[in-house]
Amino acid sequence: MPRLNAARKHTIDFTLNGKAVSAEAENRMLLSDLLRHEIGLTGTHVGCEHGVCGACTVQIDGKPARACLTLAQQVRGSDVRTVEALAPDPAVLSPLQAAFRRHHGLQCGFCTPGILMSLDALLREQPDAGREDIREHLSGHLCRCTGYATIVEAALAAAEEQRKEETPNA
Amino acid sequence: MKPASFDFLCPDTLEEALAALADGGGDARVIAGGQSLVPMLNMRLARPSLLVDIMRLEALRRIETSGDEIIVGAGVRQAELEAWTDLSRDLPLLAAAFPWLGHVQTRARGTVCGSIAHADPSAELPLSLVTLGGAVSLRSRKQKRRVEADDFFIGMMATDLAEGEMIEAVHFPKARPGCGYAFREVGRRHGDFAIVASAAIADEKGLRLGIAGVDDRPRVFPLPALDNDQFDDAINDIAWSLNARDDIHASARYRRELVRSLGRETLKEASRCRA
Repeated sequence: MPRLNAARKHTIDFTLNGKAVSAEAENRMLLSDLLRHEIGLTGTHVGCEHGVCGACTVQIDGKPARACLTLAQQVRGSDVRTVEALAPDPAVLSPLQAAFRRHHGLQCGFCTPGILMSLDALLREQPDAGREDIREHLSGHLCRCTGYATIVEAALAAAEEQRKEETPNA
Repeated sequence: MKPASFDFLCPDTLEEALAALADGGGDARVIAGGQSLVPMLNMRLARPSLLVDIMRLEALRRIETSGDEIIVGAGVRQAELEAWTDLSRDLPLLAAAFPWLGHVQTRARGTVCGSIAHADPSAELPLSLVTLGGAVSLRSRKQKRRVEADDFFIGMMATDLAEGEMIEAVHFPKARPGCGYAFREVGRRHGDFAIVASAAIADEKGLRLGIAGVDDRPRVFPLPALDNDQFDDAINDIAWSLNARDDIHASARYRRELVRSLGRETLKEASRCRA
C-alpha cells in the first residue's frame, strides 16, 4: 500500500454492523470520531480519550476494544460492531439491553454503550460467564452512577436468559 | 485530545517497513496495537511525522519455541499470547501476570512487543521480561541485534532502541521444571498501571525478585534463601536501593513498604510453587 499523506483524507473500507462501509478520514482520525462525525453513529460515547473510562468500547473482529485508542486507519478490512447493532429493531431492545432496563443497570447512560459492547462479547464467548467474569470485564469501564451492582445483576440475568434460550428443554 | 497529523504507511513487507523507518529518522514510529502509542498521540506527548503499521506483516505475528526460549513476534497481541495453549506450562510467570495487565479491552488490541517498546516503569510485561532474564531482537535496514532485557530498558520510557530500529521479537526463557514463579501488584484500580508490581522466581540457585513501579525502569535482584537470617534485611536493602519517589499516586515510603510486603509474598509463593 502507498504511503498515505497526512494532509489529505483517505478512503477506509471496513464492515460496520454487518454492512460494508467506505468512509473518508485523515490519518490522525480516531475510530471513535470516524463513527460519530463521519458516519453519524453517535451511540459510541467519548469520555476520556486515553483508554481509561471505557465509554467508547466497540467490538473489532468480535473482541471488545477502545475506539479512542484505535486509529480509523487500523480498522481497514476489519469487522466493527457498535451499540447500534445490538437492538434487533428500533422498537425492540436486545436481551442484554432489556436486562439493563429491568435491573436499573444504567442511570445517566453515558457509560452504557461501552459496557454493553464488552458484556455482549463476553456472553457470546463465554455463555456460562459468572459474577467474577462479569466483574473482570467491567473493570475496564467506569460508571459514576450505579455503583456497578445493578450492572452485574443485569448481566447475570441476561446470561441466565441466554442459557435458557439455548437449551429450551433443560 | 486528538493526535497531530502524520503520514501513515501499512507496508506489505518487513523490508518496506524498515526502509520507511530508516528514511524517517527519529520522527517515524512503529504502530502495532496502538494501546500505548495512541494515548501518547492523543495527548500529543508523541508527534511522529510517520506511523508504520506492522500488523499486516504475517512473519511478525508468530509465537515460536526455539530451544529454551519462547519467541514472541512484534505483531502478537497480548490476548493471543494470553490464550496460547502452552502459556501456563512454558511461561507461568506471564500466566500469573496477564490478569494484572490492562483490561480485556486493551489486551485484545495491544501487542506484547508494543508494551516492551513503550517501557513504562510500572508495566507488567517489561517487569516479567527483566525478571526472567529475557532478551529483545532489534532490526533495522542495516543490522539485526539482540539486547538483554536488563540492558534494553535504560530509563523512564526510554530504551536502547536506536533511530531506524524496531523490535522484531522478544525472547522469554522457557520455564524449567523445579522452578517456582509468582506475580503480584498493588494499584488503585484493577487493570491500572501498578503502584508497585513484584515478580519472583525460585530455582535451585536461589531467588530472583523483580520490582516495577518504583525506579525509572524494572529492576531485578538476586536474594538469599527465604529461611536465611539476612532475608528481611536483604529485601529491606532492595526497597531502599530503588530510588523511590513521592508522586500523586503514592509516597516513596508507601512504595518501599509495598516492595517489602509484595516482595515477601511473591518470593514465598514462588518458593512454594517450586516445592
